[in-house]
Amino acid sequence: MKTKLQEYKNHPFSMLMFILIILSAVIMIGAMIFIIGYILVRGIPNMKPELFEWQFTSENQSMMPAIINTVLMTLCTLVMAVPVGVFSAIYLAEYSKKGSKIVKIIRMTVETLSGIPSIVYGLFGFLAFVIALRWQYSFISGAITLAIMVLPLIMRTTEEALLAVPDSYREGSYGLGAGKLRTIFKIILPAAMPGILAGVILAVGRIVGETAALIFTAGTTAAVPENIFSSTRTLAVHMYCLLSEGLYIDQAYATAVVLLVMVIIINALSSFLAKKLTKN
Amino acid sequence: MNSNQLKETIMKFVFLIFACFSIVAVIVICAFMFANGFPAMAKIGFGNFLLGTEWRPGQNLFGIFPMIVGSIYVTAGAMIIGVPIGLLCAVFLTFYCPKKLYAFVKPVVGLLAGIPSIVYGFFGLIIIVPIIQNVFGTGGKGVLTASILLGIMILPTIIEVSESSLRAVPKQYFEGSLALGATKERSIFKAVLVGGKSGVMSAVVLGLGRAIGETMAVIMVAGNQPAIPKSVLSGVRTLTSNIVLEMAYAADLHREALIATAVVLFVFILIINICLSMVKRRES
Repeated sequence: MKTKLQEYKNHPFSMLMFILIILSAVIMIGAMIFIIGYILVRGIPNMKPELFEWQFTSENQSMMPAIINTVLMTLCTLVMAVPVGVFSAIYLAEYSKKGSKIVKIIRMTVETLSGIPSIVYGLFGFLAFVIALRWQYSFISGAITLAIMVLPLIMRTTEEALLAVPDSYREGSYGLGAGKLRTIFKIILPAAMPGILAGVILAVGRIVGETAALIFTAGTTAAVPENIFSSTRTLAVHMYCLLSEGLYIDQAYATAVVLLVMVIIINALSSFLAKKLTKN
Repeated sequence: MNSNQLKETIMKFVFLIFACFSIVAVIVICAFMFANGFPAMAKIGFGNFLLGTEWRPGQNLFGIFPMIVGSIYVTAGAMIIGVPIGLLCAVFLTFYCPKKLYAFVKPVVGLLAGIPSIVYGFFGLIIIVPIIQNVFGTGGKGVLTASILLGIMILPTIIEVSESSLRAVPKQYFEGSLALGATKERSIFKAVLVGGKSGVMSAVVLGLGRAIGETMAVIMVAGNQPAIPKSVLSGVRTLTSNIVLEMAYAADLHREALIATAVVLFVFILIINICLSMVKRRES
């Protein structure tokens, strides 16, 4: 300890850097704990039963329809995005030859897609689905927009999970006389499943937290949709509406708590599955 | 060709078709954005649109220069705050963090990345805005507030990407430098960080992309005045918030001008992406 201190005295640069490193770590950890803690502490007392009534009225500002919509929206988005994402990743990981032109283009477009801000997705969905296809503000416009948005995330995590499956699995399967297709579906996909699920759950997290892409595609009607062409609001959009009206800070606190709890559960699930993959 | 082989070939093409979906998506998105944005830009005049300093939709004045400047200010502020802290945190997690603390901090960084931006915006509104109000005696919403909030929001991106690039630097760099008598800090900053430079660069560029594209959090704390900010405390409107604020009631040329705003943002993002892939290419 003493020699360490002596060393730092002789090297002011090192001491300064050490202090800065510790300071940043303290700031980061402090900010994390403060954000999560503050919202939970201030929000939980605002969790009143009328916020969870089945019908939304302007008096109760119930978030129950928004919660149901969030679940429906997530399911519908995943139904579209997961097959496309997983099949694309299978092509990239199992079929593509290294350096082929089409693969390069696919990778470039996936990177582009993952960099596009959600508000641009929102405007695209607005122009393409709401206006051009005349679906109005609707559940389905929102779901397709979100599906395109989470596609790169699912593709990347699935591809990583597939590549992490040892080649000996493939060779063993071929050695037993199985074809490529059979090997993929019976051997590789099951082995990569935890990794794929971890990615899908991360995608769920993005869907749950998304606001900007949904306001102009799915709209803000606070009711459970009658069909896929009715407007609907998810929990994050609900929170935006509460805040932009400026009258419902208490309700916004409660909504933030629900969102935060959802995100915590989603993240815990995802990292649990990812850990399972590395153990295997 | 027997039926099995046929099935294999067909499925290979099915996979390929699915893989091409992302190409189609990018083309369709570009087509819709440009086709809707460019006519408005042409109508307003490219110079008037990009360099005009007056945004008054009521009088058909559509200059987005204040918003471009606003986006650049806010993003630059976020980088000034987020990059050093994020980078130093990555160093902390890689070289200093005790195992027990790491097991706690690592998942929480992931959680920080997963918190919805609207929740961040809310946090900024109820915590950071009043603090700025009290400290500087202003309205509280402005460039500084937005920069601080965005700086926090890009932390997880910067930490995660630069941590993995620091870990990818061969151990010998660090150990060799230590063996030559350099202190731990000197070894980290002069050997390891230099070795992981391109990874750190891509972390910075990713953070930049996230900061410039952020909408819902900025809208809550930036004040949203469509004028070039005079100081770090004055209100500011970014390209993203301009769209969300007015899209709901905009019509005709006004709406097209907002779409054109998104096109400008989109072009920014494309430029950032090209930078990112150039950094990555140098890496490999």
